[in-house]
Amino acid sequence: MAGVVADPKRHLLASGHTACAGCGQAIAARIVANAAGPKTIISNATGCLEVFTTKAPQSAWRVAWIHSLFENAAAVASGIEAALRYLGRIDEVKVIAQGGDGGTADIGMGALSGMLERGHGILYVCYDNEAYMNTGVQRSGLTPLDSNTTTSPVGKRSHGNPRPKKPLLEIAVAHNIPYAASASVAYPADIERKVKKALEYKGPKFLQIHVPCPLGWRHDPSLTVEIARLAVETGLYPLVEYENGKVVSVRKVKVKPVEEYLKLQGRFRHLLKEPEVLEEVRKVAQANIEKYGLAI
Amino acid sequence: MKKFVEGSHAIAEIIAKCRPGVISAYPITPQTHIVEGLAKLIADGELDAEFINVESEHSAASVVLGASATGVRVYTATSSQGLLLMAEVLFNIAGMRLPVVLTCANRAVSAPINIWNDHQDSMTVRDSGWIQFYAENIQEAIDLHVIAYKVAEDKRISLPALVGIDGYVLTHAFEVVDMPEEDQVQSFLPPLDPVVKLDPDDPKSMGLLGAPDVYMETRYAIAKTMEDALGVIKEASEAYSQVVGRKVGGLVEAYRVEDAEKVLVAMGSLVGTIKDVVDELREKGEKVGVLKIITYRPFPKDEIYEALKGAKYVGVVEKAVSLGADSPLFSEVASLLYKKGADAKVNSFTVGLGGRDISPAQIRQIFQEVEKDEGESRFIGLNEKLLEA
Ligand SMILES: Cc1ncc(C[n+]2csc(CCOP(=O)(O)OP(=O)(O)O)c2C)c(N)n1
Ligand SMILES: [Mg+2]
Repeated sequence: MAGVVADPKRHLLASGHTACAGCGQAIAARIVANAAGPKTIISNATGCLEVFTTKAPQSAWRVAWIHSLFENAAAVASGIEAALRYLGRIDEVKVIAQGGDGGTADIGMGALSGMLERGHGILYVCYDNEAYMNTGVQRSGLTPLDSNTTTSPVGKRSHGNPRPKKPLLEIAVAHNIPYAASASVAYPADIERKVKKALEYKGPKFLQIHVPCPLGWRHDPSLTVEIARLAVETGLYPLVEYENGKVVSVRKVKVKPVEEYLKLQGRFRHLLKEPEVLEEVRKVAQANIEKYGLAI
Repeated sequence: MKKFVEGSHAIAEIIAKCRPGVISAYPITPQTHIVEGLAKLIADGELDAEFINVESEHSAASVVLGASATGVRVYTATSSQGLLLMAEVLFNIAGMRLPVVLTCANRAVSAPINIWNDHQDSMTVRDSGWIQFYAENIQEAIDLHVIAYKVAEDKRISLPALVGIDGYVLTHAFEVVDMPEEDQVQSFLPPLDPVVKLDPDDPKSMGLLGAPDVYMETRYAIAKTMEDALGVIKEASEAYSQVVGRKVGGLVEAYRVEDAEKVLVAMGSLVGTIKDVVDELREKGEKVGVLKIITYRPFPKDEIYEALKGAKYVGVVEKAVSLGADSPLFSEVASLLYKKGADAKVNSFTVGLGGRDISPAQIRQIFQEVEKDEGESRFIGLNEKLLEA
């Protein structure tokens, strides 16, 4: 399988960490690290990934790795990249900044924008599990419409999160960067290809990976990959690739009804009883399908 | 070399001579001239460094954190709101034991917004694990930066250091200074040899989660290192004094305190004004002196006690408050003298907030009031008319 090297001892994100069973982020982060290879320095934002991989005195990382704070992974990476330029090692060492959806699209947005605008040679990877999972499933700017989270709860006057996802990928693309793409843990070979391709470009590049969270989305841990695939197949999570501002590839799908994706997750269960609200979610999928021409 | 320079440009020049590889900053008055000066030196090819223009002070501090963790000497400068915006990162830099050097062009904190000098900004982050120095004049500001790098990068210490210089009073003033030669600085400050660094050839993880089973020891280790830093600062100051042929740095400067009955304690440019008044009162036969605290973190308890133990009256004169409690430097000096069982009466005088002028007349007034035991913090130089309104 892609991103899986034959000898598990050579995984750059080793096993034995404390992620939950079925954690999509743990799988995706390992694929990213393996695809980037050992000559990499990773700057990691605060969040589940940092917590479950590095409880002192242990670390699951076999690459040079640093965690500083929640909102500054892109800025810390900028400093690392600047230092490598100063040391004359920039062609030899790759720099990755990574964080969750909250650390990227909300509190770290300014630092990310600065990093992209300044043109640093860094790949930023956002692991999008669509809420603040590490603190107990609060909504973020990347929480989807009508998702039931602990701070966008369903109630007499609420259908869940009142807003659709922030268009993070488009915001990244708007910085005139050479490469930006979305990916999904359901397609490991695609993640690996995109990481490798991104790292061939000079300058800033951006990758947003959809990673189900069984605890936060309330689904069976064995369904992580299936649910991630359904997000793509329903049009709710389009997989697209931009080079220099232009869409260069789109994963086409035989479109499935959104209910197939929603019904497997506790966070959306309330929607199945509310046809008008469900219609709003369908519109989100439809807009994606039209925008990117997703349908086969 | 003697030269007549603006404080900010003098700092830019000495920082360039320290050869940082990565500089990152965000503009804020009155820090701007320092980083503009460095940007120009790089643009002119006189300094080989990466200058990263960031989108906030939070990111400026984060950039130098990342670069320092990669094993490169770094520099940043800020003031006031900028330092407070960095606060989260400042604690992080210290916790990661990174030898970052930062100039704080000291400025008051909003609201109301005020761009003039006091010490509230850096005093507010005094518990962050940074070494803190305060300069009396431009010459001292120059020298303290070199010592700051030396101590911060010393393998026995490995902690960040902040040099506080009074905004406008020093940053925008001109003074004749003795600017050390590049080779003098280089001989004193060899290239950075980091304790740990991010390197794919020897991959380490930095910034791990410290659960209750390890966290407290990390804090204890910094507290202990701070104690060790007292000796290392003295050592570095003596060594650098040899290099430049002047007495520089140190922990405190005791000015005419030997037989003094009344001693004022202060930090920064304010000390210059107090020294003038001390000279004037000494002429008249009054037994007065001033203790300048150069190194505020680590707090040089023994040196402060030594200088104050013979005094009858001690007045702590400071440009910062701890609203709802006694002013910070006073609290520390009073607690120290109490613990050591000194006889002196200690009084607190808050002055010069938000750039309010501090006149020799006020210092004379303080030397009189220091005898009175009012038992509360006194604000000197208030406008009574405004208070009524
Ligand atoms: C400045 C700051 N604010 C809040 C937090 C608390 N916090 C830590 S992790 C986290 C949630 C992380 O969410 P996300 O970035 O989506 O990553 P995930 O844990 O979901 O992978 C929050 C809110 C913090 N550490 N720092
Ligand atoms: Mg998240």
